[in-house]
This record gives sequence, structure tokens and C-alpha cells, in this order.
Amino acid sequence: MLSRTAASLYWIGRYVERAEFTARLIEATLRLDALSARPAGKTAWESALLVVGAEAGFAATGAETGQREVSAFLSVAPDNPSSIRSCLDSARWNAKSVRTALTRDAWETINRAWLGLRNISDMGDSRATLAMIERVRAETRGFEGALGRMLRNEAYAFLGLGAAIERADNTARLIDVKYHLLLPEGEIVGGIIDRDQWTTILHTVSANTAYRWLYREELKPWLVADMLICRRELPRSLAGSALEVVGHLAFIGKLLSRQGEADRLARRRLDKLGNTSIDSVFARGLHEYLESFLIENAMIDRAIAAQFKFG
Amino acid sequence: MTPPAFDEIFGTSGSTPRDEFAALGAWLDETPGEELDRRQKAAEAAFRQLGITFAVYGDEDSAERIIPFDIVPRIFTHREWTKLSEGLVQRTEAINAFLRDVYGERKIIADGVVPEALVLGNPQFRGMLDGQKPPHGVFAHICGIDLVRTGPDDFFVLEDNARTPSGVSYMLENREAMLRLCPEIFHRFSVCPVDRYPDALRETLRSVAPRGGSEPVCVVLTPGHFNSAFYEHSFLADTMGIELVEPADLEVDDDIVWMRTIDGRVRVDVIYRRIDDDYIDPLVFKADSMLGVPGLIAAYLAGNVALVNAPGTGIADDKAIYSYMPEIVKYYSGQDAKLPNVETYRCREASALQYTLDNLEKLVVKLVDGSGGYGMLVGPTAAKAQIEEFRAALIAEPHRYIAQPTLALSTVPTLTEQGVAPRHVDFRPFVLTGSKGVHIVPGGLTRVALKEGSLVVNSSQGGGTKDSLILSNVPGQWQSQGFGGQMQGQG
Amino acid sequence: MRLFVRHRSEYSFSQPQARLVQLLRLTPRDHAGQSVVSWWIDVDRDARLKPMRDGYGNQATMLYIDGPIDRITLDVTGEVLTEDRAGMVIGAPEPLPPSYFLQDTPLTKADAAIQAIATADTDGGSGLDRAHLLADTIAEALDHQPTAIAADHDAIACFAAKAADPQGAAHVLIAAARAAGFPARYVAGHVYRPEAIDSHAAHGWAELFIEGYGWIGFDPSEGRCPTDNYIRVAIGLDHREAAPLSGLRTGGGDEALTIDVHVGPEPARD
Repeated sequence: MLSRTAASLYWIGRYVERAEFTARLIEATLRLDALSARPAGKTAWESALLVVGAEAGFAATGAETGQREVSAFLSVAPDNPSSIRSCLDSARWNAKSVRTALTRDAWETINRAWLGLRNISDMGDSRATLAMIERVRAETRGFEGALGRMLRNEAYAFLGLGAAIERADNTARLIDVKYHLLLPEGEIVGGIIDRDQWTTILHTVSANTAYRWLYREELKPWLVADMLICRRELPRSLAGSALEVVGHLAFIGKLLSRQGEADRLARRRLDKLGNTSIDSVFARGLHEYLESFLIENAMIDRAIAAQFKFG
Repeated sequence: MTPPAFDEIFGTSGSTPRDEFAALGAWLDETPGEELDRRQKAAEAAFRQLGITFAVYGDEDSAERIIPFDIVPRIFTHREWTKLSEGLVQRTEAINAFLRDVYGERKIIADGVVPEALVLGNPQFRGMLDGQKPPHGVFAHICGIDLVRTGPDDFFVLEDNARTPSGVSYMLENREAMLRLCPEIFHRFSVCPVDRYPDALRETLRSVAPRGGSEPVCVVLTPGHFNSAFYEHSFLADTMGIELVEPADLEVDDDIVWMRTIDGRVRVDVIYRRIDDDYIDPLVFKADSMLGVPGLIAAYLAGNVALVNAPGTGIADDKAIYSYMPEIVKYYSGQDAKLPNVETYRCREASALQYTLDNLEKLVVKLVDGSGGYGMLVGPTAAKAQIEEFRAALIAEPHRYIAQPTLALSTVPTLTEQGVAPRHVDFRPFVLTGSKGVHIVPGGLTRVALKEGSLVVNSSQGGGTKDSLILSNVPGQWQSQGFGGQMQGQG
Repeated sequence: MRLFVRHRSEYSFSQPQARLVQLLRLTPRDHAGQSVVSWWIDVDRDARLKPMRDGYGNQATMLYIDGPIDRITLDVTGEVLTEDRAGMVIGAPEPLPPSYFLQDTPLTKADAAIQAIATADTDGGSGLDRAHLLADTIAEALDHQPTAIAADHDAIACFAAKAADPQGAAHVLIAAARAAGFPARYVAGHVYRPEAIDSHAAHGWAELFIEGYGWIGFDPSEGRCPTDNYIRVAIGLDHREAAPLSGLRTGGGDEALTIDVHVGPEPARD
């Protein structure tokens, strides 16, 4: 497979995952906003901006930090490089150049999602926003479905690899922001606002039910953190994503009968996560742990680009 | 006034189909107009979904345009095709012989058959590549020869496309659509399959690999997905099972071409390039171009890679050279051209210019270096103002123009808003030349002028396409296609 | 005359380059009046050099270098024996007939002003006389500068400005000569100027084909025909086709190119 094709597929995986994550984030924030008293509502939207690192970009627009403004910025703003629309733009651009490596199904879901947002500039009230987001999510779910029906070949592996790397990044950001920046000063861990925040997190990674299955307990922050970091069973957890990265790399390595730096780094990360308990994470400092995880994830991304000559 | 045209199905009589095509007449009678319309729309919807689109210059929404498809097929008898293909083989062999000669000894010029200035002073002649010897001596591996017809046995070559002719994906996709939507036609006629084309093309590419022995690596080189013919590029790469590369995927090192893959560099032997000469190597041609593969021409001249078609083939399909093709064919084959040219007035010559100026309203005037129906005057249907525009242009730069009589192009029944009616057509078969000789897959692209009375078939000017059926002399051959293969043909 | 040449090109890049591919037209060939005694191309790092012959008969070299590259020096040194043939080019490889060199290029197009000068002196005189007259007229019409005034040295711009560097002056003469019916071409090469042995630029002039004589060199920037002070290196329809270096690099950033040329009866020191 051409290096350029592999790079495009990898980035399609990343961009679609990022678009979907942002959609879930908006959805969950709408929920949080609805549950909270007004001042907390503003905090909810600030936190959403923080998670995707868009606070500076949003501030530059001069708009107020409200539902309508932030959700429009995160979903359709053309000048926000990580808005859902920008992600779908990039995904579609890449998809066009590698049409023959994609199935028609996969191409059509990306194209439809892109068409759906093409001429929209305002997301409207929360109900309209929710409806819009639901449509985007339906398409990205359709994309996952299309991937599921693909041949298990290199193309599939690079798409999955991109998605898994992106997912690891997004989940780590989400935990970091929610855990450290959002908990209002003096609020006790386990308080009402705190519980709403954790519910939001679980919603963002669609893990509400998973939590009940795994822990059979009411929401406890350290258990949520444990699930999102250490539990391989949860596909959106750091361990789950790390496992998937290793799997896709191993698959490609087998096809090419060779391995490289990316394989070594990814396996080392998975081994480390296997020996990590949530207690040790908290002992070391959650924020520090997540920061180093993000750096490691970026290193693996670079190693993948170098190993498969994406440049 | 256009003279009465020959209709390929109904002849000149008007209402009774020629004997060979009685079944088509019957099919047209039996199938209601609404049903034809429904199928035509279904075919176009499928094309749109596949993304078989094309770009019209200056049209912003071009990415969304498809070329209209006409559901009524055009049919050639086996005898007609045999005669045509003999002419095509002869013509294509002459084109390659001409190219070998003008980039080599230039005997045809020394013998006074073609004027030296017309060849050497032509921007399509690449002096920098003089003396080039492409692998296996093949220059024009893929030629799309445009033919027009005026009577039962009167075929003329309108244009030789020897650079990077496009349109073959329509030949294949149109057939797919017909097989799906009008299978009954293939029960009534025994039709030669066209789906062998990708295999034949791949064989042609492999046959010209410069390295013997190991399995040659062939690729399709596209400018990228913003190109109007990108669908065809990806379609051909896909159906041949070879890589579709962009210039950035290739690098030249030590006069060898490599493509960059996830498994390291892979040596490339044959490049089917769909990029114009000017943009293939910025070191040799357009230096300001960011496109292209630096060093590609060096690798080619060193004999390490085959370029399909070879650079510089434009000299053979130039409209000024075209008018000498009958002489060129005779010079290299020793025989008269089996496919005649359309009579052509070279406006660079004073008497021809005078004749052209005197008869503008009867002639078709073309820019020597124009294409796609641009820079073209169709005298009989042109407005006065346009005729005067061309008159001024001709006087200013006569050497840039040729003129041809307006031909009574043949018509084929076509679905129109007023029902099935005759429309003018042309035909582009694709001729492959490999190291083992010439091969033509029986079929081609029929373009149809959808406007009543119009003679301009170009897709950018309101033209559409049709499936072109070549009847087989082997009964029941249609069954080799698709599910039909499980049934017994009636042929 | 025995002439020693050293042509040094130094590239430096603001960012390291991943690869470098260059087409070099730096090697002269033998003909009557020019005999190459020795000729070397040196690169100051590992490189692959492949000889190549283009359709004009130029001896070119492909240069391939792997990165990362932040600077590179190409050193061409050689020794050539020359004779004064009054500009006549005899015995050079001529794969293409003269008529090829009648076509114009973007750099050598003629406008009405150039056409006028090209057709002004058609009344009488042999081809040779007319060619000399044309070359002299253009040499006098232009203010000669050592380096280009604009980025382009196209004939129309130079003639309109009445000022040109050697490339530009050659382009004006080529455009006018073709308009007057002479096949004409560009020659890239070196000239020995006793007053300026270590100049900074490579030189260029024109050659016109004159029936009965063949190709004859005219250097409009010096107002004379080439002598034994001249070394012919490469020809083309214009400067771009005969340029000593054409290249493409893979990597971002800016590049700076400095060229240093020594031509003289003694080898370059240092």
C-alpha cells in the first residue's frame, strides 16, 4: 500500500473519531447544562471548550460563552480547525483521494455527514442542536458500521489505528479537564455537581451502562477514573484504546513481516497500563499521569508516521 | 441547412430498420417511452452515486455534473466493426512508426512527405527528447481515434488522440448500466463483451516493461482527485488491480523510479500517466510547475521506466499533422489509408485560407491546438457575429486554424423529451499497442449531440454518451457477461 | 588559448532538505575550436551522479542526494583548449536541424517593437551581413548590466526597458533573429574577461543559423562574436532550457544560492 494512502486512511480514522467525540461532548454538555443552575451552565460550556483545547479560539470570536454560541463553534464554525465540520471536511478530502481503498459504504457515510453540515452556520436552541448532533452521530455510527463490513486488510487496520490513537487522546483530555479544572473550589468529591459531571463524562464516552455492569455500584469518581483508564473491556478507555493500537499495528506488522518503533512503543504502553492500578495513578497525581499519557500518545503517532513513511 | 443524415438503424428510409437491426426496432416499439425514461434516470442516478462526474471549465458546481447517458444503444454489425478495426490497426501502426521516425532518422521529412517546419517548428515536438527510444519502440500505447460516419460504408477519422485520451470508463460503465437495465437487448443480440478492457490494458502495460524477467510493477499516475478525469484514473487502477499514484508518491533516485509504500520503496517499471507532458517532470518541462516527478525524464531516457504514452506523442495527433495522415499512413504501410480523413483545409496555406474565408458559413473551423469543442466554429449553425469573430481571428493568425466541410454526421435513435428521435453521433474506440502489437477491445465511446440538429458532441457542450454494441459473429457470446453466463444464449 | 574554469555553486537551506534532485548542464563537449582537456564535477558529500544526454546533444548530469541536507557545494573544475573561429560553430553535435530553432518560447517571444527592428534592415545584404547588423543594433540598443533587473529575462521586457543582463540581451537577439527568419538559440557557457577573472555569474549568448555558414555565435552583451575567450557548455531554445542547474528539493524553508565563477589562463587558486 502507498504511504500516502495509509496516511490518508489513518487520518480519516482520526478525523471521524474526533468529529464523533465532539458530537458526544456537545450532547453531554447540553445535558449537564440542563441539569445545572445557570452559573453552572456557563461552566459546563467552558469545560467543553477546554476539553477540545478550543478556549483560545473561541475567545477570539468575542462571543458569549453560552449554549448557542459554543455549540455552533464546536460543530460548524469553519474557522475552528477541530469543529465537527472541519473534521468532516478533512476526512472527506482524504477519503476522496483514496476512494478505491475505501468501501462505497464508508465513503457515502462520510459524504452524507459532510453534506448534512455543509450550509449550516447556527445550531439554534438546545433542541435543534440535539437534533443536529443526533444526525451527525447517526452518520458516524454508520461509518463504524461500514468499517465493520470492510475486508480485514491494511486499509481497515490504518483506519482503526487512527481512530484508536484519536480515542486515547480524546478520553485522556476528557478525564483531565473534568477531574481537575471543573470541580469547583471547595466542592466535595461526590457532591451533586460532581455527580452530574461524572454522569456527563460517562455519557460522552457512552459508558453509563458499562459502569453499572463493571462495578454494580453508584457513581464513584475513582471508579469512573479506574474504568476510563485501566479497564480494557471499555473500548473508549485508555487501556482499551492502547490495546486496539497494539492489535492494529500487529496486524499490519504481520502483513509486512516487519515491525518497528511504533510497535515497540505501543506494546510498552499497553504493558504499563496492565500494571497500573488507579491507586498508583492518584498517588502520582492524575493530572501528571494524563499529561504524560498524552505525550506518549503523540510519540506513538509520530512513530507511526515515521515507520510507514507518511511524510 | 444540414443535409439529410444517414441514420445508422433506419438507414435513409426513415421508418424501417435495416435488416440486421430489426430486433432493435422491435425493442423500441415494445418498450414504452416512460419505461425508457425510467431506466435512463436509474442509470444516471447510479453514475452520480459512483461519482462519474466531470468538470466543465469555469463551472463552479462542476464536481456535481455527470455526462448525460442515453438508454438507446448504438449498434455496429460484425462486418462493420471488422472493417473499422482493420483501419484502426493500420492508422495506429502508422502513428507509432511516424513517432519513431520523427524522433529518430526523420526519413519522412527527408523524403518530402511532411514539411519539416510543420514537425520541427511545432510546440508538440519535444526537441529536448530528440533521439528518445521508448522501451520496445512503442510511443502511443493508447490511442483514442475519433470517427464519424456519413453513410453505410463511409467512416472518417476526425481526430487522432495520442496523448492521454480519456473516456474509456464510459465505455465500461455504460455497458454495465445497459446489462443491468436492459438485459433483454443482450438476449436479442449477441454482443462482444467490453469488460476485458482492463485486462487488455494491463497486458499492454506489462508488455512494455523495460526489465525482463520479474513481474513488472505498473502504476497509474494521476494529477490528483481535483482532476476532472480522476474518476476514470481510479476506476482504471482499480479494475487493473494496480496502484493509483500521485506525483508525490514517486521519487527518482539513481535514474530509477520508486514509489513510496508502507513497506519501503518499490521499484516502478511502467507508468500509465494521465498527466500532460508539461507537468510530468519540472526539471525538464515547466520549471515553475510544482507538479510532476523530478528526474522522471532522466529515468525514462536511461531506459529504466516506460511512460505510457511516451512524452512527445502530441506531435502525431496535432491538427496540422492530421491533414497529412493519409500520406503518413501510405508512407509507412505502403497501402492507402483504409480509414480516410475528413477533407481538411490548412489555413496556413494561402489558397486554403481564401477558400475558408469565402465559405465560412459552410465550414467547421477549428483551432489547431484546441480541444473539447472550444475554439470551434460550426458555420451552418453559427450566428453572424460569431462568423465575423472567426473571420477576424483567421486573418490575424491563419496558421492556428484548419477548416473542414460540415459533414452530414450519421444519426442514431435517441431518447428525447419528444420521444425517440435521431441525433448526431461520433465514435471513439480505444486502440492498445504493446510490444506484441495492436489490440482493440470491440467497443468504444459513442458521443451524441443531444440538441436537435447539433453536430457538437463534446460533453462540455451538451453532449451525452451511449453504449456502443459490436455484434459478435459467434452466437450467444453475450452470456459471458455477468449472471447471464448461467443461461443459454439465443443469439 | 588554454582556459581554466571553476564554477562553484553553494546552496544553503534554512531548513534541512529530505532529498535533492538536480539536473546539471555543466559539462562542455568537444568541437572544432574547443577541446576539453579535463573536466570534473565534485560534490562535497555522498551523492549519486548519472550522465545523461538530452535531445540537443547537451551533456547533462543527474544529481541525487539523500537528506538531511542543510548546505551543499557543487564544484566544477576543468581545462579547455580554445581557438578563435570568429564565432563559427563547427563539428558540434547537432542532432536537430536548424528549423527546430525557429519556434519561440515564453522568454523569447517578439512583440511589435522587436519585430520592427527585426525587419527594418531587409533591404539587401547577405544573410551574414544582416545577422551582424541585427546583433549590432541590439547590442547598441540595450544598456548592459551584469545582473538581471527583473526576475525574468524575457525578451519583450528587456527590450522595452532597453536594459538587460547577458541572458536578457541574448533573448532579445534570439527573438529578433527568429522574427527575421533566422533559426536562433541560446548558449550557456563561460567567458574569460581579463579584467574580471573571478566574476560571479555564468555567461550566455546567442547563436544564429546562417545559410551557407552554419551556426554562428553572437554575444550582444559584449557586442562581438565569441572568440577563444569563450567556452560553450549547453544550448537550448532559451536560457531556461540550457540553464546550468535545474533542481527540486523536498523540504520546506528558503534556499540561498551563491555562484562563483573563475575563468582564466591560470587555474583558480584556493
